[in-house]
Amino acid sequence: MLRDAWLMAVKDLRIEFATRVVTGQILPFGALVLILFGFSISPDLTVVGTDRRSMLAQAAPGLFWVTVLLAALLALGRAFAVESADGNLDALKMAGLDPAGIFLGKVAAVAVQLLLLEVVLGLGAFLLYATPLHDPVMLLTTVILATAGITAAGTLYAALASGLRVRDTLVPLLVLPVLAPVLLAAGLATQAAVFGSADNGWLWTALLGVFALIYLAVGMLAFGLIMEES
Amino acid sequence: MVEDGFRKKADAAPIVELSGVISLIGRFPALAGLDLTINDGEIVVLRGPNGAGKTTLLRLCAGLAPLNDGVGRIMDLDLGDRVQRRRIRRQAGMLSQQTFLYDELTVEENLQFWATANRADPEAIEPVLDRLDLGRRLRTVKVSGLSTGQRRRASLAVMVCRRPKLWLLDEPHAGLDRAGRDFVDDLVGHAVRFGATVLIASHDVERAEELATRTVQMAGGRVLVDTNTRGESDRQEDLDAS
Repeated sequence: MLRDAWLMAVKDLRIEFATRVVTGQILPFGALVLILFGFSISPDLTVVGTDRRSMLAQAAPGLFWVTVLLAALLALGRAFAVESADGNLDALKMAGLDPAGIFLGKVAAVAVQLLLLEVVLGLGAFLLYATPLHDPVMLLTTVILATAGITAAGTLYAALASGLRVRDTLVPLLVLPVLAPVLLAAGLATQAAVFGSADNGWLWTALLGVFALIYLAVGMLAFGLIMEES
Repeated sequence: MVEDGFRKKADAAPIVELSGVISLIGRFPALAGLDLTINDGEIVVLRGPNGAGKTTLLRLCAGLAPLNDGVGRIMDLDLGDRVQRRRIRRQAGMLSQQTFLYDELTVEENLQFWATANRADPEAIEPVLDRLDLGRRLRTVKVSGLSTGQRRRASLAVMVCRRPKLWLLDEPHAGLDRAGRDFVDDLVGHAVRFGATVLIASHDVERAEELATRTVQMAGGRVLVDTNTRGESDRQEDLDAS
């Protein structure tokens, strides 16, 4: 299974390296969204009860994760578009690769791309929204666990929709409601990490971990069935 | 040579055994009560108009199309059993209208990926690339930059690396020049000499029938006429009845 996962992940990353869709299209898209969020909230607005913290900085964790989710939708759609083209999903079935391995490989490849996006977009958010950083370890843990959850759940639902003609519009409809808990937990954990707020950020990171584990397990068990029906 | 190979295996066990097979695409019965038996070492050509069910039959034999009713055994494995169907897929090789290649990768990268995925011998890649004339200039070219014929040859290269027991070829001569078509024919003959069984769906009737040890005429998802190379009809069904 791990051999098949490695094979799929390396292949998907090689395709990304050849096409540069993430760096050439999805990353600029994410940066644009961050900038537009910045335009939509005046930097002069401050949050009552804080030490003149700007509204933009206060909202930064949520805006960052919404941007990541939108970028993730594009990356997930792309991950299965390469398999739908020219019957490659059939060829994967005929090769006899372990479906759990294919799932893990896809998750790993999208996760690597998403982590790259998050690093760049995170730096952009810190600069644009003038956000402080209180607990870098908590932030790093949040980013890793939220990415695992987003990619595991997203890959599962993107695979479900991959055989359909309406997949491009269906994937966001399926994935966004499912990822609402990740958005909530990641936003609050990030808030705790950057502002050192009273909320216990580690509880939210634990929730992210549980979410990621559940979807990784469900994906590994269900992916074979999903491939058969695709 | 192919004929000799066929004669040697005249008493061989069936590789494909289909009885009363129904396969639905959506709600449409692409195969509607099809009966067919193919023995080890045969080269069977499927003929018939568009929509006759040739491609679905190939996909069924590859374990890709559903067996909704009837009995189907491929290489003595049950098509109706999910686990056994996976084993069928590993032992069958399919060349279809789709290339089964990643456009964004080079010919060599595609071959390396599919050879590893199929647990083929990595050392087989180099001779196959040379044999299919993909070895020098084309190996580092992305598949998206290849012509139709070159893509076809790259797909064939993947299939040759797999060394399948059952070759399922859907219009293998399409998009190829004369040399390419000759090469496909040589490849088929070679595969049969080394123990493979071949099922070909083709509209290139003359060329396909030169290769064939049997010709099967299909229409409406059923077999109408089943003829060996000597022209003896083994079975004839009334077109109207189908």
